Amino acid sequence: MSSASLTPSTLESQWRLPSRGHVGMLCLIAAESAIFIIFVVAYIFYIGKSISGPTPKEVLEIPIFATVCLLSSSITIHLALSSIRREKLGAFRLWWFATFVLGAIFLVETGMEWKRLIVERGLTIQTNLFGTTYYSLVGLHASHVTVGLILLFTVAVFAFLGKVRSEHEPRLDVLAYYWHFVDAVWVIVFTVVYIVGR
Amino acid sequence: MSTDSIALTAAQDGPRPWSAAVHSWITTVDHKRIGILYIVLSLIFLVIGGIEATIMRIQLIVPHNHFVSPQFFNQMFTMHGTTMIFFVAMPILFGFGNYLIPLMIGARDMAFPRVNAWSFWLTAFGGILLYFSFIGGYGLYGAGAAPDVGWFAYAPLTAPAFSVGHSTDFWTLGLLISGIGSIGAAVNFVATILSMRCPGMTLGKMPLLVWLNLVMGSMVLFVISPLTAAQIMLAIDRFLGGHFFDTQAGGSAVLWMHFFWIFGHPEVYVLVIPAFAFISEIVPVFSRKPIFGYPIMVAATVGIGFVSFGVWAHHMFTVGMNSYANSFFALTTMVVGVPTGIKIFNWIGTMWGGKLRFKTPLLFCIAFLFQFLIAGLTGIMLACTPFNWQLSGSYFVVAHFHYVIVGAILFALFGAFYYWFPKMSGRMYNEVLGKLHFWLFVIGFHLTFDFMHIPGLLGMPRRIYTYEPGRGWETWNLISTVGTIFQGIAVLIFVWNLARSCFAGKIAGNDPWDAWTLEWSTSSPPPEYNFAQIPVVSSRRPLWDLKHPEDPDLDV
Repeated sequence: MSSASLTPSTLESQWRLPSRGHVGMLCLIAAESAIFIIFVVAYIFYIGKSISGPTPKEVLEIPIFATVCLLSSSITIHLALSSIRREKLGAFRLWWFATFVLGAIFLVETGMEWKRLIVERGLTIQTNLFGTTYYSLVGLHASHVTVGLILLFTVAVFAFLGKVRSEHEPRLDVLAYYWHFVDAVWVIVFTVVYIVGR
Repeated sequence: MSTDSIALTAAQDGPRPWSAAVHSWITTVDHKRIGILYIVLSLIFLVIGGIEATIMRIQLIVPHNHFVSPQFFNQMFTMHGTTMIFFVAMPILFGFGNYLIPLMIGARDMAFPRVNAWSFWLTAFGGILLYFSFIGGYGLYGAGAAPDVGWFAYAPLTAPAFSVGHSTDFWTLGLLISGIGSIGAAVNFVATILSMRCPGMTLGKMPLLVWLNLVMGSMVLFVISPLTAAQIMLAIDRFLGGHFFDTQAGGSAVLWMHFFWIFGHPEVYVLVIPAFAFISEIVPVFSRKPIFGYPIMVAATVGIGFVSFGVWAHHMFTVGMNSYANSFFALTTMVVGVPTGIKIFNWIGTMWGGKLRFKTPLLFCIAFLFQFLIAGLTGIMLACTPFNWQLSGSYFVVAHFHYVIVGAILFALFGAFYYWFPKMSGRMYNEVLGKLHFWLFVIGFHLTFDFMHIPGLLGMPRRIYTYEPGRGWETWNLISTVGTIFQGIAVLIFVWNLARSCFAGKIAGNDPWDAWTLEWSTSSPPPEYNFAQIPVVSSRRPLWDLKHPEDPDLDV
């Protein structure tokens, strides 16, 4: 095959394309963002439209501790990845496990908040529009946290068995994209539910 | 680039028992086999959806007909619409994309082969779940019932109080599951196109089909997700007693409309852009000219993709929005006409002065051009808000969107079937039967859908079970029903032609059309690995370069 300026061999050696894992994860994040946008729009649209109580003002308490834990986990996963890039596997295991623990604390805190709302305040998904939209939006986010925790835990198990090495860094990076996304969504959910909607 | 293949040993290529063949199809992760599975699944649902359409046309052939019950008629139009959009049009386009994209970009498979298989089986499972409603709609109460809430399932009709039993649950869950499959397929399309191209295939050198599927895949990510979200909300309402669309608890029925049409309108472009892609590949090859205005075609497609997200509420003019919203959505809808007009000009520009070969694929493309133009014109009519107030929910709307979906998308699909059939099967179809199919289908299509505009203008609402005589609707309904007979016969000829040609057709060879894109450089059907050697390309028409080394297609 003839070619003008580049011969095939030089072309092949220079040929670089984005990694499919990262592109795939970004696409998934795009689709998930659209799902969250629809739920957030529904939440905002229904603020103050419930025809019976309880209202957000009466029952919601701002989950500061849980939020701090979840947002910190973005920092720890970043530290874990920069450790594995520098071949510091011990530090990697530590930071990765810290990420898992912080995420788990967030999930437990959410569970305790729901228990308080359901048992003490009598707010369920059937009570009123606030209950429906609140449990749906927060629950959708919590389900994403749960998926993320399962992935984090799987990697943590392999890491403590000594199976995770620095060549796995690109895959862990893809997982980290997901975790950062889950954190970023919480910033939106937190703002909408606990600040705007309260 | 090379056109050679790898010789298989006798053990790899020998005869196998049929159970092994079935097992290998069910467990396959090969993009070509998954593509064919998608296409076969869609063709099965096409026949089912076609039968449902025929039942409706028989019911409407004369006034006061009692061919089916009103309840069954409602189920028919619901299932027809849902089936044709979600289980025919979407999977068939995913099937062609799956089959063609890796071949056209010189890759051995999709980016995520197992996700690909997973997406297909989710789609298939969603379809089966939807049709299970016929026997399982009332659960333990015995007699089954299909969903009867219409394909856009407006609230509060879907509320548990108005849709008793489980038929609407099957509809919600079927679409939720197949929607997740669609998102998986779209992720795969985008990742494949961005990350798996062979050396030298820069974005500007990709075949237009690949470009248009990239736009389609990116759109699906943002189009299907709102539907998925809305279906989750509906499921929460129905299963958990939520109040999203429960008007008695302060919920809003209009919110469902918005959510549905934020999906529903861009979905039309998700379906039509791959149809544009087929036209953009077939027209140049049968005109013996490179595509006219490649960069403009790409830009117009991306433009359509963006504009399509700002037009959804033109489905809701009769809901009673304020005049600013009405003007905005009328304007954006008309703006869509600009990039689509550019595309039509470019296809005509490609044919202009070309050496046209009037084979069946080109015939379908030419019919597409005329019919898509008319579909666009009635679309602009409906975009005018006052006109829409008169005709929203009438047979004029039904005629309009069938002009888009049948007259444009299905015609492009038939063209694609004839064009790529030699590649997929290794054999040629029968040209005489192909042309017979074309002419019968053109006649049937125009009988049914041209004359369907008129009862709409005369005030016939869509979805009515039967009508009074003496309103001037009888003749037009009769003609529409007669047209379905032509279409039915034409489709039977199409199925017979392809089924018979699979075994008895003339051997096609690698490149029966003297085409230019990479899929024609491998054997027909392509080997499992696609390319023995990953090709290296330096132009938009790599196979032309290979065939004409003295006149390479370098600087396009």
